[in-house]
Amino acid sequence: MSFINYASREINCKIVYYGPGLCGKTTNLQTIYNRTAPDSRGKMISLATETERTLFFDFLPLALGDIRGFKTRFHLYTVPGQVFYDASRKLILKGVDGVVFVADCQEERLDANIESMENLKDNLDEHGYQLENLPFVIQYNKVDLPNLSPMDELQSFLNPRGVPEFKACALTGEGVFETLKAVAKEILIELKKGAG
Amino acid sequence: MFGSQSSLVMYDEEFQQIVDLADKLLREANAKAVFLVDRNGQLMAATGETEHLDTTSLASLTAGNIAATGGLAKLIGEKEFSILFHEGEKDNIHISIVADRVILVVIFDDRSSLGLVRLRVKKASDALGRVFGELSRKSTAVGTANGPQNPFAEITDDDIDNLFR
Repeated sequence: MSFINYASREINCKIVYYGPGLCGKTTNLQTIYNRTAPDSRGKMISLATETERTLFFDFLPLALGDIRGFKTRFHLYTVPGQVFYDASRKLILKGVDGVVFVADCQEERLDANIESMENLKDNLDEHGYQLENLPFVIQYNKVDLPNLSPMDELQSFLNPRGVPEFKACALTGEGVFETLKAVAKEILIELKKGAG
Repeated sequence: MFGSQSSLVMYDEEFQQIVDLADKLLREANAKAVFLVDRNGQLMAATGETEHLDTTSLASLTAGNIAATGGLAKLIGEKEFSILFHEGEKDNIHISIVADRVILVVIFDDRSSLGLVRLRVKKASDALGRVFGELSRKSTAVGTANGPQNPFAEITDDDIDNLFR
């Protein structure tokens, strides 16, 4: 649910990075933070365990620029990927405007990816949202590693509808901004449709 | 306005009323700062000593806090915990839910007291609730995204692409 503030002439949108544990959601945000000009970004907040696993969420506010005199801001959130944090994941999806699903392309994580995608659909459903109606992009992360699932297999399981998808290596930054731009664009197009 | 798929909209008139009520609460409760945050973590208004505070993060964490305690409440069969209080060495935070939809945050120190803050928050909540009710009614009447000044009504692909240059 975007927030259009006519008083301060701002539009705020919420993007959630979803995916299985250790797929690179936090790394995506860290890379975006490190490569964004300081005046365009706010402070990045990570609510993590002592071993730096996401406990509740990471949060990064970004200001992209102006559209028709309105400051466009995106609030980026990650969810905790570990299966047992499902209650927290559900809470973070509340009011989401767009979703990035970060898949871990390593062969041994294929089942975890599929399980996480099903979990995303279930949790959206509990908020009354449907993935098909939301701005949604998929990122295939860790493509620099050797033991990858075949791309057509990943696509057939995770992206049967053919939403925008990107190969990425979140650590080096490959594909990270392409993913962010794509989901931001989908959200703005959705807002335009709503304004129709 | 607060529906699951629609946008939250704030207009100048209601924004001013909300800021005035927040200012009044700030004075009457002897507080340091007062914030209004929507349940999704968007900051709606802030007043008081906010210059050294990261208000964006504060809004996001407050919403996370309310969401987490709301989850806890449901687990034990409560609808929600409508008031949260965090006590620090110097500063304290009082968090409450206004009219089921907006989070009211009051930061105060030993120049005030929990009793005074609770009392003033209760009074302010009623007035704020009426404004949010009006805001909700207005945006439903206008249509959440069909306002005459809607910035997205005539947005072009170029506008969107320009954001990323």
